[in-house]
Amino acid sequence: MRGEERQRRTPAHSRALGWDPGELGAPRPAPRAQGTCRAARPGTSLTGARGCAPRPRWERALSRVAHLLVLVGTHRAGRGAPPERTAFPTTKRQRGQRPTGRASPFGASVVAAAQSSHWQTPIACAPGLGSAQPPAVGCGLGAGAAAGGAWEVQRLPDARKSGVKFRDSHWCRALSLRPRKCFLCWGRWVQGSLACWSCLWGCSGGDGPRRSVTSPRLPSSCPGWRRQASAAAGPGRGAWRTSYEWYIPKGILKTGWMNKHLNLVPALVVVFYELDWDEPQWKEKQSECATRVEIVRQSLQGRNTKVAVVLIQKKTPLPPGEDVIASERAAALCNACELSGKSLFVLPHTDHLVGYIIRLENAFYEHAQTYYYTEIRRVKSHKEFLNKTTHQLLFVRHQFKIAFFSELKQDTQNALKNYRTAYNLVHELRAHETNILEIKTMAGFINYKICRLCFQHNTPLDAIAQFRKHIDLCKKKIGSAELSFEHAAWMSKQFQAFGDLFDEAIKLGLTAIQTQNPGFYYQQAAYYAQERKQLAKSLCNHEASVMYPNPDPLETQTGVLDFYGQRSWRQGILSFDLSDPEKEKVGVLAIQLKERNVAHSEIIITLLSNAVAQFKKYKCPRMKSHLMVQMGEEYYYAKDYTKALKLLDYVMCDYRSEGWWTLLTSILTTALKCSYLMAQLKDYITYSLELLGRASTLKDDQKSRIEKNLINVLMNESPDPEPDCDTFAGKTAQKLWADRISLAGSNVFTIGVQDFVPFVQCKAKFHAPSFHVDVPVEFDIYLKADCPHPIRFSKLCVSFNNQEYNQFCVIEEASKANEVLENPTQGKMCLVPGKTRKLLFKFVAKTEDVGKKIEITSVDLALGNETGRCVVLNWQGGGGDAASSQEALQAARSFKRRPKLPDNEVHWDSIIIQASTMIISRVPNISVHLQHEPPALTNEMYCLVVTVQSHEKTQIRDVKLTAGLKPGQDANLTQKTHVTLHGTELCDESYPALLTDIPVGDLHPGEQLEKMLYVRCGTVGSRMFLVYVSYLINTTAEEKEIVCKCHKDETVTIETVFPFDVAVKFVSAKFEHLERVYADIPFLLMTDLLSASPWALTVVSSELQLAPSMTTVDQLESQVDNVVLQTGESASECFCLRCPSLGNVEGGVATGHYIISWKRTSAMENIPVIRTVITLPHVIVENIPLHVNADLPSFGRVRESLPVKYHLQNKTDFVQDVEISVEPSDAFMFSGLKQSNQSWKSSSGF
Amino acid sequence: MAVCIEVIAKENYPFYIRSTPTENELKFHCMVHTSLDVVDEKISAMAKALVDQRELYQDLLYPTEDYKVYGYLTNSKVKFVMVVDSSNTALRDNEIRSMFRKLHNSYMDVVQPLLQPGGLHPVQGL
Repeated sequence: MRGEERQRRTPAHSRALGWDPGELGAPRPAPRAQGTCRAARPGTSLTGARGCAPRPRWERALSRVAHLLVLVGTHRAGRGAPPERTAFPTTKRQRGQRPTGRASPFGASVVAAAQSSHWQTPIACAPGLGSAQPPAVGCGLGAGAAAGGAWEVQRLPDARKSGVKFRDSHWCRALSLRPRKCFLCWGRWVQGSLACWSCLWGCSGGDGPRRSVTSPRLPSSCPGWRRQASAAAGPGRGAWRTSYEWYIPKGILKTGWMNKHLNLVPALVVVFYELDWDEPQWKEKQSECATRVEIVRQSLQGRNTKVAVVLIQKKTPLPPGEDVIASERAAALCNACELSGKSLFVLPHTDHLVGYIIRLENAFYEHAQTYYYTEIRRVKSHKEFLNKTTHQLLFVRHQFKIAFFSELKQDTQNALKNYRTAYNLVHELRAHETNILEIKTMAGFINYKICRLCFQHNTPLDAIAQFRKHIDLCKKKIGSAELSFEHAAWMSKQFQAFGDLFDEAIKLGLTAIQTQNPGFYYQQAAYYAQERKQLAKSLCNHEASVMYPNPDPLETQTGVLDFYGQRSWRQGILSFDLSDPEKEKVGVLAIQLKERNVAHSEIIITLLSNAVAQFKKYKCPRMKSHLMVQMGEEYYYAKDYTKALKLLDYVMCDYRSEGWWTLLTSILTTALKCSYLMAQLKDYITYSLELLGRASTLKDDQKSRIEKNLINVLMNESPDPEPDCDTFAGKTAQKLWADRISLAGSNVFTIGVQDFVPFVQCKAKFHAPSFHVDVPVEFDIYLKADCPHPIRFSKLCVSFNNQEYNQFCVIEEASKANEVLENPTQGKMCLVPGKTRKLLFKFVAKTEDVGKKIEITSVDLALGNETGRCVVLNWQGGGGDAASSQEALQAARSFKRRPKLPDNEVHWDSIIIQASTMIISRVPNISVHLQHEPPALTNEMYCLVVTVQSHEKTQIRDVKLTAGLKPGQDANLTQKTHVTLHGTELCDESYPALLTDIPVGDLHPGEQLEKMLYVRCGTVGSRMFLVYVSYLINTTAEEKEIVCKCHKDETVTIETVFPFDVAVKFVSAKFEHLERVYADIPFLLMTDLLSASPWALTVVSSELQLAPSMTTVDQLESQVDNVVLQTGESASECFCLRCPSLGNVEGGVATGHYIISWKRTSAMENIPVIRTVITLPHVIVENIPLHVNADLPSFGRVRESLPVKYHLQNKTDFVQDVEISVEPSDAFMFSGLKQSNQSWKSSSGF
Repeated sequence: MAVCIEVIAKENYPFYIRSTPTENELKFHCMVHTSLDVVDEKISAMAKALVDQRELYQDLLYPTEDYKVYGYLTNSKVKFVMVVDSSNTALRDNEIRSMFRKLHNSYMDVVQPLLQPGGLHPVQGL
């Protein structure tokens, strides 16, 4: 019972404060709470975390502004049952809560007008005009819909058939779907029945929704429409005006006022009545209509609400002026109803319903505008009666009302202007501790309105400026120190509301930036919420015996406050003195006790998560992490340790990777507390390890404490509680720990260190990058502890990629559990803080691993004992943790000179991890010599003598020789190089370039063997030749017998050159150089062989192979057989040839080949002779018409005759005329013909 | 006077921090750390624009309720962040700039690799 009472009290209390604890998810009792919330904030979607929490009432009222309009239908007597309750709140108490009885159907009728943007299609498609199918009316008007029940027209394909669809509680969405646009929003009350609409959904049939038709219980039951001149109310208007002089306002703004003008007082009441111009019973109907209008008017007495009548007619009206009866009757009806002609409308049931409805809508809208205009004028007119001494509050109130009406009128510019004035007026009020809450509440309201309108006008900077001004003005207005948490809560709410507005504006298209986004406001809201929590903690720490006061000072007679921001126990008292200090004390106590029940952490976390979502959006990863840490800490305070750990763990790595150790330490400290309180062993150990490590900035005493706890845990004992833990949670934790200890089970934890910074550092280093297989592999493991006290480890093991070596690299000490503490400084298993410990490991590599890499895959260090608890720290590779790389970088940049250390110690930073080494074969102890005579000559069988001599002390076995072209050179070389062991025959293409694994047998110590290799190189150039000798030998390493395979290789580069150059030329019989030869005329071919070899060559023989087109003149005999050529010497031959006439051959005539058989002079007998074939050049053959051949003696004698004979030959097929003249030289006397003319036949001579 | 000065490496780990109310150092750490978001964003914007960045002063990074956070970026991407009390109106942009410049000079004196610590500056008058 008590609880219920409290619940009921909460709203009033919170409204007074201007914030509402119910907001955090507690659903309101009102059945339509959700709908209201949605309506109140069109376009706002609350963030996921918050869900659709109902907003405080003031906020709903503030955010929704719309015309209020009432439609009244005609009465269909006798149809359906009257509603069980009227839809109207009859007292103030009912304002907040709608009756939940059976539905009134009137709600439905509003909708026709309310759906301005949606209605066209469905209504045009005839909401069942004549169609027999009833739309789902009933469900729309179910319980709870009450007067608010409405329909929503959906643009569904089947809307055509089913007409319209009803949905309860969506009225509000329709109402303020977009309040900033014109006439979207019309009121919602309907009095009386709406026969017209009911007929639309099947009035003809008996199966129509009967509930939709009710009797017109009008105005008398509708006090909400009338002025309520209660005692608390100010002089409203009319007759009261002149009495301002004596009127003293009791507060700034009444709590009911906004709701009244939003929901209760209509701007326009429209009476729908079914009446045709040619109605036979016109008189009766007219008077019934008039009565109806009269009833409406009566209920509106005193209000300026407009009244209009819409006649629903079945016939299409004639054009104006043509229907005389209509004009007459219209005038009569206006008269009867006391309406102006402008307020009477006709709505014919025709195909063009849409057009009519749009016109109606516009007309209604105008009427509503006029109403609000009048209201503004009315409020303005009060101003002149006010005086500044007693009516200060009224200045604010009136200004606010004007602004609010402007907003209802959808005149946002003026609304903004007036709100700004109102805001300035609020701050002009005299503030005192007693009324500061009221001033802040109103300032908050107005500020909210201004910011909202600024965002709406797309002037976000104005909104931000206003908000900053607001905060600066109000920040210091704390009010009563005992209730200072109220101020913090108010501040938090201001920031949150602004954040929401900002976010809403962004969703509607505003662009925010990294440094100005809603996240900052949510963050600040969270900050104030934290402050609120702190203040509440210190102010509300009453003892349990302090009871909540009875009677409840927060309870008012009506259940709600009369004015916003006043204290319930002194409402309406304006005096700055506290008339009843005792009452004040009780009231404060009540508020403090209530504050104690507030779930502060929840509020803070919600705000923080809002902020996180924003910062994520605006690329602020660090800010996001920072807020997540705060969230984690808040979860810790809220005792939700699992969530706290999850969040903290998530962000830790960000701080670790950037090396912000101070921040990391603070996070780790909280995380350690969480894991302690939950007795999470592994987490506890991990955080302890890191807090002891070098990344931690904790003081030494703290580290000592943690180390002691860690050792306790390793010995399977409970750790001491963490400091500053909640005492109750601490006790629970102790029990949990006790349970853990008693539990047997897995006590070994392996923790990978690559993701954090533990207090032991490890580095592995092989002594060399490679080891011979007959030498043991050696490496060091360096360990260093950063904890304050020495610590002993129980086991160290190293794992390799070849796991067979793992067994050789383990250090283990069979020690008892308690030895962790005993003699800690002794033994190699003990780590002294700050000292680097070096541990040497040695093993013999397997002979199979020769040529392979041995890698350390992990190093495991075990702390504690398996009988107690054991933690295995696992380093991947050769050590290093999350901070190592950064430290290496820092060390590289540092100019600091390291101090000198004793010889056996090393600087930790100077140790470089070397986690892998190569195993290479044993060093060979043989010599390999190559003997040869470079350069090699092309195509010769080049001889390479390999001498292998063993210098080993024992016999070597299985000696194998691999020789030839070294692999990996040009592929062409491989094809043009051939190797053989047999020099007696020429090798051809089929021979390989590399001979592998030629077995040579065994060698005794000192023995030597020789092997000849013959290489034939087909092209010139340099080649690398490899001679590789491998053998097996038995040896020992570390007293272990092993068979080693050794090898030695020799490489030699051999140049290949041409042995000689051959030059060929054609000369005439007179040894004159010939460019071309003449058909049938003999010429000489001369070859010239120039030795280019540095060694003497023997030309065994030479041979000329003539092409078929050439003929020889005499015998072709070699003239250079067995000629020895030294370097630079040449051997020439000469052949006399003739070429028969072949006609004109393009490119000349092939001559043939010149083949030289040769060998090195130094080569042995059995070495084959090499035949080098040289292709002779082509020669151009030309036919000549005349051939002259002089036959001269080789010498003459003085005074003796010298017979000279010339042979002239006609080489053509024709007769040629020839003129011959002889010109003698002066040295000779001449006889014979000097000149003759002759004709020759072809081929004849002379 | 600035209430907190921090020097941050290119890789965003802190080199040096000094704050005057020493008891609340953690808060300043958080503030400086979160302000790096803005600096990072500026650096990436600079990289995109491909302009030669001559202006080292990075302006107001972000205002909090009680403090203003200013940033400065050297050519080697070492960041200086300075936190100033919001209520201290004597510190205008120019004062902040000159404070940063002094800080930059002192920083160079410390890290200058060609300099013997405590020795003379290689170029007099710089």
